[in-house]
Amino acid sequence: MSKVILKAENISKQYRLGLVGLGTIRHDLNRFWHQIRGKEDPYLTIGAVNDRSAKASQDYVWALRDINFEVKQGEILGIIGKNGAGKSTLLKLLSRVTTPTTGVIKSRGRIASLLEVGTGFHPELTGRENIYLNGAILGMTRAEIRKKIDEIIDFSGCEMYIDTPTKRYSSGMTVRLGFAVAAHLEPDILVVDEVLAVGDAEFQKKAIGKMQDISTGEGRTVLFVSHNMGSVQSLCSRGIFLENGSIAYEGDIEDVVGKYLSMGKKNIHQSLAERTDRKGGELFRFTGCTVLDDKGAQVKDLISGNSYTFKLAFQCEKKTPGLRFRVAIYDTKGIIRVICNNEFSSHLLDVKDGTSEHIYCTIPKFPLPNGTYNIRLSCANSSGLIDDIEMAMEFDVVGSNFYGTGKQQKSPEGVLVQHSIEVR
Amino acid sequence: MSDRNESWLFEISSKRKWIDLNFKEIWRYRDLLVLFVKRDIVTVYKQTVLGPLWFFIQPLFTSVIFTLIFNKVASIETGIIPAFLFNLSGITAWNYFKVCLNGTAATFKANKGIFGKVYFPRFIVPLSKVISNLVKFGIQMLILAGFYLYYFYTLDEMATPDWNLLLVPAYVIIMAIYGLGLGMIVSTMTTKYRDVSILLGFAMQLLMYLSAVPYPIKALKEKVPEFAWVVDYNPLAHIVEGFRYALFSTDNLQFNWTIFGGIVALGIVLFLLGLVLFNRTEKTFIDTV
Repeated sequence: MSKVILKAENISKQYRLGLVGLGTIRHDLNRFWHQIRGKEDPYLTIGAVNDRSAKASQDYVWALRDINFEVKQGEILGIIGKNGAGKSTLLKLLSRVTTPTTGVIKSRGRIASLLEVGTGFHPELTGRENIYLNGAILGMTRAEIRKKIDEIIDFSGCEMYIDTPTKRYSSGMTVRLGFAVAAHLEPDILVVDEVLAVGDAEFQKKAIGKMQDISTGEGRTVLFVSHNMGSVQSLCSRGIFLENGSIAYEGDIEDVVGKYLSMGKKNIHQSLAERTDRKGGELFRFTGCTVLDDKGAQVKDLISGNSYTFKLAFQCEKKTPGLRFRVAIYDTKGIIRVICNNEFSSHLLDVKDGTSEHIYCTIPKFPLPNGTYNIRLSCANSSGLIDDIEMAMEFDVVGSNFYGTGKQQKSPEGVLVQHSIEVR
Repeated sequence: MSDRNESWLFEISSKRKWIDLNFKEIWRYRDLLVLFVKRDIVTVYKQTVLGPLWFFIQPLFTSVIFTLIFNKVASIETGIIPAFLFNLSGITAWNYFKVCLNGTAATFKANKGIFGKVYFPRFIVPLSKVISNLVKFGIQMLILAGFYLYYFYTLDEMATPDWNLLLVPAYVIIMAIYGLGLGMIVSTMTTKYRDVSILLGFAMQLLMYLSAVPYPIKALKEKVPEFAWVVDYNPLAHIVEGFRYALFSTDNLQFNWTIFGGIVALGIVLFLLGLVLFNRTEKTFIDTV
């Protein structure tokens, strides 16, 4: 068993809502009064759950509540969650920018994070001087920086401007230089926040690639925060899923991502049975459509490359043979991207009467890039369409694991196919 | 499970020690301290024509104006020290204290961008201010020395320096400690309540006149004895006065070892108090700044 390098015990973080004013002085004084009498902070017992969309009912909110986790040496831990779930707060606590309201974080190594792009750059200093300054702020010594300076300049791609004050730099160049320094840090624990990758598309790719190199190689301990479930899935071994400031789920990365994707699932098939904007008669009606992952759990958001099954519920008046089912996936522009049809892929199917059966349409390696899609369901027998419903359900593709490389196609166009490109 | 008991490199929690000054850590970040000092010195007068000459111009002009107003118009007596030299020495000392205090007080506000993202020992920042200002102070001391020598060789009756000169570095350290201590106290308040930084601006202006900068304490006692206590209880007045005494060694200036000891003791108290407050603030200020 490799040893625990980072450990969080019951950490919570409370924030005050609203503005600083006379009320804060009153609370400060009250808190101080309790403190000199040796009592507990009176405002620790209250505080609302961190739910961004709910109405603010109290002055205090728990951005994080009772977080416990351990990270072992060499482990790559993914931290996922929706906006405002507490990811950034957790990162701030880990990088020692602020302290938890309660609880302890214990660490055996130095923590540095890749989110401090260009921190402390002084516009009047040259690029080279700023590399030294920024590096020192991030915890490197002069000797360390001197050893790497050529590499850093090279990575930034700003060699021509390196002895020019950074105030003359374009904003993109500043970011490049800042990232170049951050990318050459060698802390014991690295915090990578992919959400904040900036710069032009080319540099972004370079940056993300570098993050992934750092994360995967050298056996370093990495905390990886990302919205791209695909790269989380391919890089991390274990994950934490934050929801409203608490750990909603912790464990194997596959399960965590699965939980994340099924979260907030709207009742996507609620009205399919009642919908009247459909063709066909009373003989056959689709009554529901859900997406299942390969473990049979219902999901709302998909990741390309994974296996998904569309589970269609229906109601049929009598036993009907020779049916053709068609599941067509449209993008938001109304263009058909994928058609599944048993007439071509296998053979015509028979159904019994009633509602006891379901139709399962499985796509083993889901081929669409990030985007929002909707499904059109149709069923036909030998005489023609017996049910046809557009926009039967909608779903998002939120990440890609298609190529298993952790990288993904940025363009929402086209369909992903397995391929190889090589030089011979 | 033996590794559970192994020592952790550091712990992050809300529990605080009263004074949490980790010298080992500050030493590890010494390169940062050097770079901050360098940055502060190099960048102030970048893209100016006169450059470091501005270090001279500010105190010189202020001294000229002070001499005009306080000595020529208000006819304050400065004894055997030429009025201009008297003012220049006071302003040089006061300026050092002032920039140390202002720099320290602005620590959190001016660096919230960095502090909000990276951890390093926060005490490095005020420390770098005190050191970089020391360089400016040193340059200003050079012109002070120049004028001193000029008057020394041109005037018949002139203060002569003696062994008291050795007290000058002591006073410089005292000024730095007062600047740091008071600055840290102010800095903790400005993070949450901005009122304090507005107050600080004009408070420093007024405080200068109460701190024996344009007059010797004796002159004040003779002219307005009923208000002399204000200055008497102001440790800063005694620092400025004592600094002058160290330079000029004349009886016109107040100095005794009791006052000196009192100033040092108060300075240490202020510094420790400031450090306690600073330690408390640095941990969570980013939530309120």
